[in-house]
Amino acid sequence: MLDEIQKRLLEEVADLHEVPEGAYNIRANGTMAARNTTANIDIISKEDKSGIDIKIKDGTKKQSVHIPVVLSQSGMKEMVYNDFYIGEDCDVTIIAGCGIHNSGSQDAQHDGIHRFFVGKNSKVKYVEKHYGAGDGSGKRILNPGTEVYQQENSYMEMEMVQIKGVDSTYRMNKAELAKGATLIVHERLMTHGEQDAISVYQVVLNGENASTDIISRSVARDTSKQKFEACITGNNLCHGHAECDAIIMDKARVIAVPQLDANNVDAELVHEAAIGKIAGDQLIKLMTLGLTEEEAEEWIINGFLK
Amino acid sequence: MLELKNVSFTVSEENDTRTIINNLSLTVDDNKFIVITGPNGGGKSTLAKLIMGVKPVTSGKIYFNGIDITDMSITERAKLGVSFAFQQPVRFKGIKVLDLIRLAAGKKLSVADACEYLSKVGLCAREYINREVNDSLSGGELKRIEIATVLARGTKLSIFDEPEAGIDLWSFQNLIQVFEDMRTSIQGSVLIISHQERILNIADEIVVIRNGQVAEQGSKDAILPKLLGTSSAISPCEKLL
Repeated sequence: MLDEIQKRLLEEVADLHEVPEGAYNIRANGTMAARNTTANIDIISKEDKSGIDIKIKDGTKKQSVHIPVVLSQSGMKEMVYNDFYIGEDCDVTIIAGCGIHNSGSQDAQHDGIHRFFVGKNSKVKYVEKHYGAGDGSGKRILNPGTEVYQQENSYMEMEMVQIKGVDSTYRMNKAELAKGATLIVHERLMTHGEQDAISVYQVVLNGENASTDIISRSVARDTSKQKFEACITGNNLCHGHAECDAIIMDKARVIAVPQLDANNVDAELVHEAAIGKIAGDQLIKLMTLGLTEEEAEEWIINGFLK
Repeated sequence: MLELKNVSFTVSEENDTRTIINNLSLTVDDNKFIVITGPNGGGKSTLAKLIMGVKPVTSGKIYFNGIDITDMSITERAKLGVSFAFQQPVRFKGIKVLDLIRLAAGKKLSVADACEYLSKVGLCAREYINREVNDSLSGGELKRIEIATVLARGTKLSIFDEPEAGIDLWSFQNLIQVFEDMRTSIQGSVLIISHQERILNIADEIVVIRNGQVAEQGSKDAILPKLLGTSSAISPCEKLL
């Protein structure tokens, strides 16, 4: 019997199990398992190292690229470099995801660096989902990195999700924004057992009226550890906002490190962080509706991470 | 329906113990609309929380439909048929009004059915059903949603802890209407903690709690005249002043 969180997680990573529409590249245990390109979106294997170049033509609208990665072999370790070249005036969705099933005793590890070169006036939605499964003693390790370079008036939205099963994550995200560019980040993270997760965001607002909003919601259970670092640098008239909202449970540990670097008198930078346990009132309210304490907890966490 | 026998509740404070509810006995009959009133600090809200199980009694017994619920959890009492509207409704990030009403109903209500409950509390259902029960809702909106969850539960006993607290005069007028409607439609007993004359005015019975004890209990006609002009029965305008 799946709990609410697991059910939702399965729904979320379900697109890893079916062949998506549009352009895609499916990587399984270190090799390409399937690829499809379209008139506007080309995918080319890198020759000097492991990874692909994704080239999206100017003016490409309402198209998507799926690049899921699956690891099911214990002991597998890989490092992949994927570069996205997004032309001008595009409106595209990029869905990346990594699922690791490790039933063995050796660690399985996927490290990836995704670089995005976003052209003028383009709009990109990027979704990255992580999932770990398998009952082996080997760890499931994911170290994703992103680098985003946004040109004038571009808009990028990043959704980063890791709900269950990944033992160790170090996520490094860097972004540089030109005039009028906007970067929105929504991170949702849940750690349990002895897991360890570090997320670092370094956003540099270079252009006039560049803006960013980085929002992290996380739940830390058992003896897991999380660290969230948000560094926003404002070099011009710009707006930056970072928010870390965490629920801490059991014997977990959550560290939030804000860093705001204003390098211009018109830079407006804000950071908010709140860490706390589930409010007793919330549990009581749901229990008065007939839920058990455990069910109430699942509902609260599920809502919080929605 | 509900019987409290010699119920006491004490809290320890440093080297002292303070008695909030003192050997209180009270019986609530089936299908009655009862308003509990009395001076602030008299123990009204504590009493409501003891009935729901939010706080444990120090001594005494609570029976619901003949079953001893004294040691039961909140969940068990809820499942037996007790519901509770908080004085200060709780906010949830990510949980929608629809989720809360469905949880309250205990089944997957259709959106249309869930909207019915919102309409009953005077909210335009279409605007609210998919909103999160978070900080974006005003105190008055939250209060009505809280009442809608109790209506959706449709239990034998519904307890409202100061439904008028924290809402503006305009919302208050609407709230009275909600309770007047509930008065005629709800199946079971309703227990409202209130200081408001207009709510006292629709009661079958009024119970006055003072110093942790039942100071008076009787029909509205017998009790209300004695309370008028005291802090136990104030008109909404006075409260705002």
